Amino acid sequence: MPIVYPHKTEMPALEPDVRRHNWEEVATGYTEARAVAEAQRCLQCQDPRCEIGCPVNVPIREFIRCVALRDFDGAARAIRRRNLLPAICGRVCPVEHQCELHCVILGKQEPVSIGRLERFVADWQRAHPSNGAVEAVARRPGKIAIVGSGPSGLTAASDLAQLGYSVTVFEALHAIGGVLRYGIPEYRLPKSIVDEDVEHLEQMGVEFQTDVIIGKTITIDQLLDEEGYSAVFIGTGAGCPVFMEIPGENLKGVYSANEFLTRVNLMHAFAFPAFDTPVLRPKKAAVIGAGDTAMDGVRAAIRLGAEEAHIVYRRSEQEKGARDEDYRRAAEEGAIFDWLTLPTRYLGDEDGWVRGLECIRTELGEPDESGRRRPVPVPGSEFTMEADLVVIALGTNPNPLVPQATENLDTDPHGCIVADTATGATSREGVYAGGDIVTGAATVILAMGAGRKAAAAIHEYLTEKEKAR
Amino acid sequence: MATVIEKQDLTEITKLFVVDAPRVTHNARPGQFVVLRVSETGERVPISITNFDAAAGTITLVVQEVGRTSGLICALEVGDEILDFAGPLGKPVALPESGHAVLVGGGFGAGAVFPLARELRARGVTVSSIVGARTAELVILRELLEPVSDHYHVCTDDGSLGYHGFVSGRLEELIESGAGFTSCFAVGPMPMMRAVAEVTRPYGLPTMVSLDPIMVDGTGMCGGCRVTIDGHTKFACVDGPFFDAHKVDYDEAVARSKMYVDEERLACGLAGVGS
Repeated sequence: MPIVYPHKTEMPALEPDVRRHNWEEVATGYTEARAVAEAQRCLQCQDPRCEIGCPVNVPIREFIRCVALRDFDGAARAIRRRNLLPAICGRVCPVEHQCELHCVILGKQEPVSIGRLERFVADWQRAHPSNGAVEAVARRPGKIAIVGSGPSGLTAASDLAQLGYSVTVFEALHAIGGVLRYGIPEYRLPKSIVDEDVEHLEQMGVEFQTDVIIGKTITIDQLLDEEGYSAVFIGTGAGCPVFMEIPGENLKGVYSANEFLTRVNLMHAFAFPAFDTPVLRPKKAAVIGAGDTAMDGVRAAIRLGAEEAHIVYRRSEQEKGARDEDYRRAAEEGAIFDWLTLPTRYLGDEDGWVRGLECIRTELGEPDESGRRRPVPVPGSEFTMEADLVVIALGTNPNPLVPQATENLDTDPHGCIVADTATGATSREGVYAGGDIVTGAATVILAMGAGRKAAAAIHEYLTEKEKAR
Repeated sequence: MATVIEKQDLTEITKLFVVDAPRVTHNARPGQFVVLRVSETGERVPISITNFDAAAGTITLVVQEVGRTSGLICALEVGDEILDFAGPLGKPVALPESGHAVLVGGGFGAGAVFPLARELRARGVTVSSIVGARTAELVILRELLEPVSDHYHVCTDDGSLGYHGFVSGRLEELIESGAGFTSCFAVGPMPMMRAVAEVTRPYGLPTMVSLDPIMVDGTGMCGGCRVTIDGHTKFACVDGPFFDAHKVDYDEAVARSKMYVDEERLACGLAGVGS
């Protein structure tokens, strides 16, 4: 039985039995009629609190009003003023913790489905490209380097290109998009959407250089001193997987979520041997963690043919980090949820292949430093679970390559670059940073917000510098 | 994009490529590697840098055809573009400023020790090189390595050239005869590096080996290349590739290197290469 959401207008989706066997986008999006019906649920508040909940302050009331009046082009223009990647945000934003959390009808009813409406508008615009060509902007002096092509880098690149700067985006991998490319699976975010957004930036004059690892191929100092860049934005993300350091973690068949998803998404291992990169195909998969990445992992395992796919999480359902929608989709697709379960070791056979997990049940005690109730192991509750594939989705640490190779760039004890929250300014003049490399692992939209703030600050910095000349 | 500007057949299955890639040479140091991908459907694979020349803007690689992807690489010809060529990756190896270093290169590893030998010589360190192969015609890169070595030793498994036996045997013989090595660096197949580690361990000779696990991104993002060093998990791509030979968990490294043997067999069968 699907969970019933009586108040929000439902978004059509592929049936679970169909989508378990393919990689197509699960939610097919609102029709015009459904979008209008949902938009009409909006009260058009005098003081739209939803907009405060949006890290990039999308004019939510205005765009929803346009949708209600069937002015979809107007809605698209309203969103684009504040958010250049709405097709992505409409799919991956944790709306229940942001805009929709502040919706005034929440509590009495389901909130207005702002996320689905944003997606509808973005998709409508993709299907109806406007006739107006991209407006030519006056060029400004100043070359800006963007390090990393994830959400924060793409946003900063877009804002700076619109201001007329020459912008070059450096990407370590062979494809643009960062976590949008390697992390989020096709069934949740079709890569054609990322491709379209990148093409749009290229049309605006942004240059993309793949296979360049800043900190290795070239350093930040070399960009500034030898290659003539006048400012740098670092958006290298939280790319380093966290392991629990329990026995058996290096058995064959134990993956970090990053590796598992990168093989599947970036390298197309689901299509092996048509693509050369392999991925192990599980019978019984166990995914450790309960955030968005864990849901991506368990749903990918199901699509790779797992007969059983478990989420193993040491806290309860209430503390899970995943978006409601993805959690619900995973459940519909048959994921099994082992709440209050802590793995203590991975068990292997004589050839070094993982064969199971030793776990212990937990109960929730007092809140810990994260504010969530601390899981406490229950003595004597140990048990063993079979698994031939384990995916560890316990979060990521900041990628250390840039901080290690850049002198006098301050980092905190977690390895995050220290940057001003309002401007992204770092301890180095002309060097700005934002997104997960500053905050630790967070969300796409927060990274975009940081990229936008840094772009404004870089513009101000270069304008002042130009005046002083 | 990088272009192949020279190709040599070192043996029937071992090819040397000189690649025009100025950006990658700029910061290259001994002990680093590149990650490359040769087709839109291809894997990303790490390859040790055999030579880098910043003035010429070239990187030299030695590749042995052992499977699907190495076969695709070995099929590249002069003038071909390599779709993706990223680096230099990994930590440069820490090299001594003085003393007598012995460099051990097994098979294709004879190429990877060259940048170390050149840098050590430039620092005034005495360099002994030990190179091994199955038989005389498989000994490679003598003309590259010998000129930067004070002492150059060849070993063959069948005794057709030089010392009759493995490089580890020759190494032990030289240590016993009082060569006075103060450091050792070994690159080659895992059993050879392990044997070298066992030879030098009782003498307390500081030894570094270059690990070559399966990688995807090569930048610390996936953790597929994790190895256990002294009981701690390390990522070969960003913490290595060189590690203290006496602290490596070789059993685990060997097991992990065989994670995709079934898939490799399938891929090679389709491509008509390998067994």
